[in-house]
Amino acid sequence: MNRFLTTTAMIALALAGAHVSARAADVKEVQMLHWWTSGGEAAALNVLKQDLSKEGFAWKDVPVAGGGGDAAMTALKAMVAAGTYPTASQMLGYTVLDYAQAGVMGDLTETAKKEGWDKSVPAALQKFSVYDGKWVAAPVNVHSVNWLWINKAVMDKIGGTQPKTFDDLIALLDKAKAAGVIPLALGGQNWQEATMFDSIVLSTGGPEFYKKAFNDLDEESLKSDTMKKSFDNLATIIKYVDPNFSGRDWNLATAMVIKGDALVQVMGDWAKGEFVAAKKTPDKDFLCYRFPGTEGSVVYNSDMFGMFNVPDDRKAAQVALATATLSKSFQSAFNVVKGSVPARTDVPDTDFDACGKKGIADLKAANEGGTLFGSLAQGYGAPPAIANAYKDVVSKFVHGQIKSSDEAVKQLVQAIDDAR
Amino acid sequence: MSTVATTDPVLTPAHSTPISLRGRLQDALPKIVLAPSFVITLVFVYGFIVWTAYLSFTNSKTFPSYALTGARAYQRLWRWTFESDPPSSWYTSITNMAIFGFLYVGICLALGLFLAILLDQKIRGEGVLRPIFLYPMALSFIVTGVAWKWFLDPGLGLEQTLHHFGWTSFHFDWIKNKDFVIYTVVIAGVWQASGFVMAMFLAGLRGIDGEIMKAAQIDGASPLQLYRRIVIPLLRPIFLSAFIVLAHMAIKSYDLVVALTSGGPGGSAWLPSNFMYEYTFKRNEMAVGSASAIIMLMTISAIIVPYLYSELKEKAR
Repeated sequence: MNRFLTTTAMIALALAGAHVSARAADVKEVQMLHWWTSGGEAAALNVLKQDLSKEGFAWKDVPVAGGGGDAAMTALKAMVAAGTYPTASQMLGYTVLDYAQAGVMGDLTETAKKEGWDKSVPAALQKFSVYDGKWVAAPVNVHSVNWLWINKAVMDKIGGTQPKTFDDLIALLDKAKAAGVIPLALGGQNWQEATMFDSIVLSTGGPEFYKKAFNDLDEESLKSDTMKKSFDNLATIIKYVDPNFSGRDWNLATAMVIKGDALVQVMGDWAKGEFVAAKKTPDKDFLCYRFPGTEGSVVYNSDMFGMFNVPDDRKAAQVALATATLSKSFQSAFNVVKGSVPARTDVPDTDFDACGKKGIADLKAANEGGTLFGSLAQGYGAPPAIANAYKDVVSKFVHGQIKSSDEAVKQLVQAIDDAR
Repeated sequence: MSTVATTDPVLTPAHSTPISLRGRLQDALPKIVLAPSFVITLVFVYGFIVWTAYLSFTNSKTFPSYALTGARAYQRLWRWTFESDPPSSWYTSITNMAIFGFLYVGICLALGLFLAILLDQKIRGEGVLRPIFLYPMALSFIVTGVAWKWFLDPGLGLEQTLHHFGWTSFHFDWIKNKDFVIYTVVIAGVWQASGFVMAMFLAGLRGIDGEIMKAAQIDGASPLQLYRRIVIPLLRPIFLSAFIVLAHMAIKSYDLVVALTSGGPGGSAWLPSNFMYEYTFKRNEMAVGSASAIIMLMTISAIIVPYLYSELKEKAR
């Protein structure tokens, strides 16, 4: 019995010792939870890794695959519930505020002041990275989701031109269909379907309508005829998808456009990262247009590195990460690779390709013109419960469980009401 | 024990102390060894059941909150069950559960018994065949799911292969079809578990007394009658055990749906466990997730409790 006790004590001590030594090693290490596992994304993240390693900080990945980040968010929740916070985690919009409300986020206000983030980061982003007057997250980039990505070779073959209206787009898709190409590459996951629907709503109802319905969640707008028309348009466009789309990842859909199997994908500008990673050049191999009818508006989401309330011995690494993240050189280098545009407005666009330059100009114009809207599908329009309810309804509509636009609107209002 | 020793010294032998200490230790040892696992089970199984039940009456969203707010979560589930048109995710989940549970358990039992009877015909190579049928059970549902996903995918697997061989009219897209996707889950599930059921039945068949069979044969029973009247009734306990194992596997299966269909087109392959996970961890509706978990628990109890009751009654007899 005595021996048993001694052994147990020794094992316990050994475990505790291992724990202490692991803690000590953490100091010069950045633990980062993210879901950037596709080619373009991983390459973009490498830029930050190298920046940090120059300053002597090791990088510890906690990658969780899955484009929409659902799996990563689940892992994060488990970590936070267990009290083992990562240094930072890739987060989207309202999730940052949720966690800030739960009191687990760190405070970077000091660094923010020193680096002048208040002035350089657009106010629309600060809504999500500042909570209760404290900086809790470092925005990495601004993505916009109302883009069309088109294979130029296919476009030339069918003799298409840039679609200016929704009907133009349908005519273009018809041409592709006639030429035996899959007109629209879509991944049948609910976030992808809803991301496309974001653009359709903006195109159908215009900027004012989008803001009222999807940012303010105004019930009248949600059940309006314009919303019904949006669902009808979704039903129209969905007919141009190949039958095998259900469950497909977004980057596989992008690959279809890259290879010329499909003409167009409606996707956020992270798709450009895939084109770039496949050594394709804008205007030569592929075309980027705003979704027809949404020119002048930007539906955005922004990747943020949420900064957790780590113990003091890991704080230095966190500050280094935040500073490196918002440095102009990283913002430029990273976003060139990732396909997005910088989260601060004072970064020169010299290194960006044609699509990137357009993106930066569009963001600036939208920011000044008040047409910069949070994407509901991407968690910037409403909190996760509501955003997920929305994705649910759109997905059910796409896959035929909801059969009419009347029904879809009724369901949407009900689902958002339930989730409020 | 010690009180007995002090009040009645006459009955206690002189050298009692060492023996009783050792004896007491021996008596207590099983309890000491079992205590940690007992406590762990108590806290992490029953404790968390109580916790989940509590959470289902709160309005917990992303993280647990402890202010009771009534049975709102159950009301929502109730409404989703009976007043949803078109079907809600919850309604889809429970109807899928009914379809999947019924077919999965039914086909596994029937197929398992059939295979066991065939294997019991003293055929050659039984030693080779048995592990072949049993082997799928060694795979996790994730592996089964991914393998069948590739096999059933119209762009990759069966359909594509047959098209290559020239049978271009062949069409099989159940896995992409909202109305049929749940049946692909049944196919993969049955493939995995029927071999295991076969092994159970085979063990049962081998346990049947040969004398009874001989007696029946002498009485002129045909093989069909033999199985129908004697063998299958004798296998009743095996049926029950297999049923219990399969039923709880059906109710808890989550990974198979995720790996095989990632939830299916528009969530049409969800089972209640998928619903529970989605609402608790992805949709930040912990209260609704907890309520659905409690309903699943009650469903399982409705199956397990009568079984335990009948078992105990049999023991008492």
